[in-house]
Amino acid sequence: MEGMKETVEESLREMRETFASGRTRSLKWRKAQIGAIYEMVKDNEDKICSALFQDLGKHSTEAFRDELGVVLRSATVAINSLDKWAVPKHSNLPLLFYPAKGKVISEPYGTVLVLSSWNFPISLSLDPLIGAIAAGNTVLLKSSELSPNASAFLAKTIPAYLDTKAIKVIEGGPDVATILLQHQWDKIFFTGSPKIGRIVMAAAAQHLTPVTLELGGKCPTIVDHHTISKNIKSVVKRIAGGKWGSCSGQACISVDYVLIEKSYASSLIDMLKPTIKSFFGENPKESGCLSKIATKQHVQRLSRLLNDPRVQASIVHGGSIDEEKLYVEPTILLDPPLDSEIMNEEIFGPILPIITVRDIQESIGIIKTKPKPLAIYAFTNDENLKTRILSETSSGSVTFNDVMIQYMCDALPFGGVGESGIGRYHGKYSFDCFSHEKAIMEGSLGMDLEARYPPWNNFKLTFIRLAFREAYFKLILLMLGLKR
Amino acid sequence: MAAKKVFGSAEASNLVTELRRSFDDGVTRGYEWRVTQLKKLMIICDNHEPEIVAALRDDLGKPELESSVYEVSLLRNSIKLALKQLKNWMAPEKAKTSLTTFPASAEIVSEPLGVVLVISAWNYPFLLSIDPVIGAISAGNAVVLKPSELAPASSALLTKLLEQYLDPSAVRVVEGAVTETSALLEQKWDKIFYTGSSKIGRVIMAAAAKHLTPVVLELGGKSPVVVDSDTDLKVTVRRIIVGKWGCNNGQACISPDYILTTKEYAPKLIDAMKLELEKFYGKNPIESKDMSRIVNSNHFDRLSKLLDEKEVSDKIVYGGEKDRENLKIAPTILLDVPLDSLIMSEEIFGPLLPILTLNNLEESFDVIRSRPKPLAAYLFTHNKKLKERFAATVSAGGIVVNDIAVHLALHTLPFGGVGESGMGAYHGKFSFDAFSHKKAVLYRSLFGDSAVRYPPYSRGKLRLLKALVDSNIFDLFKVLLGLA
Repeated sequence: MEGMKETVEESLREMRETFASGRTRSLKWRKAQIGAIYEMVKDNEDKICSALFQDLGKHSTEAFRDELGVVLRSATVAINSLDKWAVPKHSNLPLLFYPAKGKVISEPYGTVLVLSSWNFPISLSLDPLIGAIAAGNTVLLKSSELSPNASAFLAKTIPAYLDTKAIKVIEGGPDVATILLQHQWDKIFFTGSPKIGRIVMAAAAQHLTPVTLELGGKCPTIVDHHTISKNIKSVVKRIAGGKWGSCSGQACISVDYVLIEKSYASSLIDMLKPTIKSFFGENPKESGCLSKIATKQHVQRLSRLLNDPRVQASIVHGGSIDEEKLYVEPTILLDPPLDSEIMNEEIFGPILPIITVRDIQESIGIIKTKPKPLAIYAFTNDENLKTRILSETSSGSVTFNDVMIQYMCDALPFGGVGESGIGRYHGKYSFDCFSHEKAIMEGSLGMDLEARYPPWNNFKLTFIRLAFREAYFKLILLMLGLKR
Repeated sequence: MAAKKVFGSAEASNLVTELRRSFDDGVTRGYEWRVTQLKKLMIICDNHEPEIVAALRDDLGKPELESSVYEVSLLRNSIKLALKQLKNWMAPEKAKTSLTTFPASAEIVSEPLGVVLVISAWNYPFLLSIDPVIGAISAGNAVVLKPSELAPASSALLTKLLEQYLDPSAVRVVEGAVTETSALLEQKWDKIFYTGSSKIGRVIMAAAAKHLTPVVLELGGKSPVVVDSDTDLKVTVRRIIVGKWGCNNGQACISPDYILTTKEYAPKLIDAMKLELEKFYGKNPIESKDMSRIVNSNHFDRLSKLLDEKEVSDKIVYGGEKDRENLKIAPTILLDVPLDSLIMSEEIFGPLLPILTLNNLEESFDVIRSRPKPLAAYLFTHNKKLKERFAATVSAGGIVVNDIAVHLALHTLPFGGVGESGMGAYHGKFSFDAFSHKKAVLYRSLFGDSAVRYPPYSRGKLRLLKALVDSNIFDLFKVLLGLA
C-alpha cells in the first residue's frame, strides 16, 4: 500500500502542477480532450461491449443504450455547448451602485476525484469525467474493482487518448479509495451506496472538499390502473423494461417496487409474466439479454432477501437462483410484508415486489415512510394524483408515465435528495457541478460619495438609509437640503 | 428567576420531531405562510431597530450607522426582494426535452428540503442569523436558528423577537454554546447553513456527513487587497479604510486582511492612509466612537499576540495602541511583516493591516495563489488588463475591483466561498435556491413507444438506438425506412 500511497501523491502533484500551468483553462484543450473521449469510445465499441459482457453479461444493445450511447451523446453536447456554458453571466446591479458592473464566471475547482461504480462502469466513469474536463479541472478517476474488465479497459485506454498529465485513472477497491480519501481534493464526485456516501463525505469534511454524491434508494412505481387502463400494455412493458431491461435491476433508478390497487394486482402480474417471456424467452438464464448479478456476494444478498419465509410465500413468479452463473431469475412478489428486509433496503436486483393498496392515493403514504429515493415513477392520467405526488413526496426526480428515461433528458438535473444524494449533473449541470461560481464586481473609482465615509453623522446615516431603500427621490431631496 | 433550561440530545430530538411534524403537515409550504413570516421579519426591522442597535452596541460597541446599515437595512432589502420575487422563485422552470424522450415535457420544481438548521456568527449577529432564515422560510422550510453565544445581547434579542413574531410551530431559536450546538448537530437535518470559522466548518460538515445532510459553509480567510500604482489613491485608501475599520473594526469575513503593493508605491499608500485615517477617526483613533470594539478578551489577547510577535512588533508604522480594559486596539498598519509570521498565517479578524511590498505587482498573484482560497480578493487599479488577469486567475469566493465589501449588498451576485473559505452561496435568489431541492419532473406520454427500448435485442434495434441517441433526425429516418 505504501507504493499505492506514493502513486497517489505523485499523481496529485502532477495534476496540480498541470492545473497551475493553466493548460486546462483553454476551451480548445477541453474540447480536444472530450473529443478524444468520444473517439476512444467510438474506436473501441467492440472492446467495451466485450468488457461489459464479461463483467455483467450485458448485451451489446443494452451496453450501447445505457453506456456508450450516453457517453457519446454527453461528449457531443459538451463540445457543442462549452462555449456557451463558459460565458460569464452578467448581473444587473441596483442603480445605487452605478456605474459598477457585476458578473459571475465559472471557474474550475482544480484537481478533482471521481469515484465510479460497477453497474454502469463506463458511463458512470466517463460522464462525470466529461463534466470535470468541460469545467477545466484535472481529474483522477477511480473505477470500480467489481467490474474488472471495464476498469482495466479504462485504465489502459484512457492514457492512450487523453492528456496523461491532467487525467489519470487508478484501479482498485476500498483500500485504494481509503488512500485517495485521505488526501485533499478540490471536489469529489461519488456514485455508489448511501453507506459509502457517508464515508466519502466525512473524509471530504476534513479538507472542506465539496462533494456530489449520486446515491440510490427504493424507486417506487405507482400504477393508477383507473386512468391508464387503455394503455396498460405500454405501462407493463415500461415497468418490465425498468426492472429487468437495464443491468437486471441493478441501477440506481431501476423500478424497485410497484404500488397498485389490490383489485388490479393479479391482472398486472398476468401481463408481466408474458412480457418477461417476450423479453427473455422460456429460459432467461440462456437468453443473453439479461445481465448478470455483479458478484457471488451480491447474489447471496439477494438470496437472503428472498429467504425470509414471508417473502418466499409471496413469490408469484420466478425465484430461482444460480450462484455459480451469477443468475437470479426475474422474480415477482405479491405483497411481501412492509417490514421485511426486501421492503426496507434498495433491492438492486431483478426482484419486483408488488405492493397492493385499497386506494391508489394510499401509495403516497407508503412512499413517505421510506427515505427519499432518486426517482419516483407514476403511471396515471389523474391530474389530482400527479399534483399530490409532486407536492407531498420528495425525490431526486419524478417521471410520469415512464421509467428511467429522465436519465436521457440532459436539460434535467440528475441527482438525489436526502438519502439519495447531494448535488446533480448531466448536460450543463455537469459543467456547473465541477465549477466554482465566482462573483466579480467592478466598481468605479470615479464616482465617490462622501456619505460612505466616517466620521458618521445623522446626515450620512439618513443618506445611506435612503440609498439602501433605493428611495432616490428622497435622496435627492436630502442632498439638496430639503429633507431632514 | 427561572434556572436556565437544559438543552441536550433529548430536547434537540424533540425539537426536530416537532418541526418535522409541522413540515409534514404542510404548515410551511404555502405561499401565504411564507409571506406572512417574511412580513413579520420586516416588522421586526421596522419597529425594533433601536433595540437592535442597542444590543449590537452592548455586544460589539458597534456604531449606530453600521448597525443600521449593515444589519438592519441589508435585512430589510433582503426581505423586500423575497416578498417581491417569491412567486417567481416558487414557479416551476420549464426544461427542454430531446428527441430521445419525445413526446414529453419537462420542468424543474423547487421544493423545500424540510427542517433546516442555521448556525450564525457573532460579528453580524442579526444579519447572519436572519438573512439565511429569510432564505429558509422563502423556500418553505421549517427552521431552527442557533445564534452565537459570543454576542449574548443580540442572541437574547433575536430569541425574544423571533418568538414574539414568527410561527413557533415552524421557526425556533436555540440559544447556547458548545453543548447545545453539539446536541443540535447530532440530529438529522435536511440542510445545515453555517457561518463561522473553517475549523468549525469541518466539524459541522463531519456531523452532517453522518446523515448525508447537505451544507452551506460561509467561512473566511485572508482576503488580500492588491493596490496598483495606477489608481486613484485617495478613493482607494478611503474605501480600504471604511472596508476594514468601518466594518466591525476588521472583524468581518470579507474584511481586507492584508495589502500587496510595490516597494515603490508603499510609502505613498501609507501616507495617504494615515491622512485619511485621521480625517475619519481623529488624532486618537483608539478613542473614536465610530468603530466597533474587539468582541471579547479572548480575541483581544489573540490579536495582541499577533502584534507582539518578534519580527512583527517592530514593523508597526501606524497605531499599535491597545486598551484591554475597553477591548480596544487602535487601527494599526504594519509594513513587511515576515510571510511566516502568525499575523500572516491566520485570518486576522481585527484592526491590524499588514502591507506587504513586492518588486513588481505581478508577484502578488503568486503570493495569493500560494495561500488558501479566501472569501474575497480585492484589486485597485485603472489597468484593464490587470483587472482581467486578476479576475481570471485569482481564485476566491468573490472578486471585487476598485471597492471593498460592497458585493455583500448585491442580491444579484452569489455570495459564498471556495476551498477553505467555504462551499455553497446565498443572497437574493441564491438564498432561495440554497434551501430548495430542485426536483426534475418529466411528463411522458404513453404513446410513441419504441420496441427498440426492450429485449430481445437485435442489430436493427441497436442501429435505431444509435440514431436516437445522436438525435440526428436524418439518420433516424434512414433507419426507420430501412435505408441504413
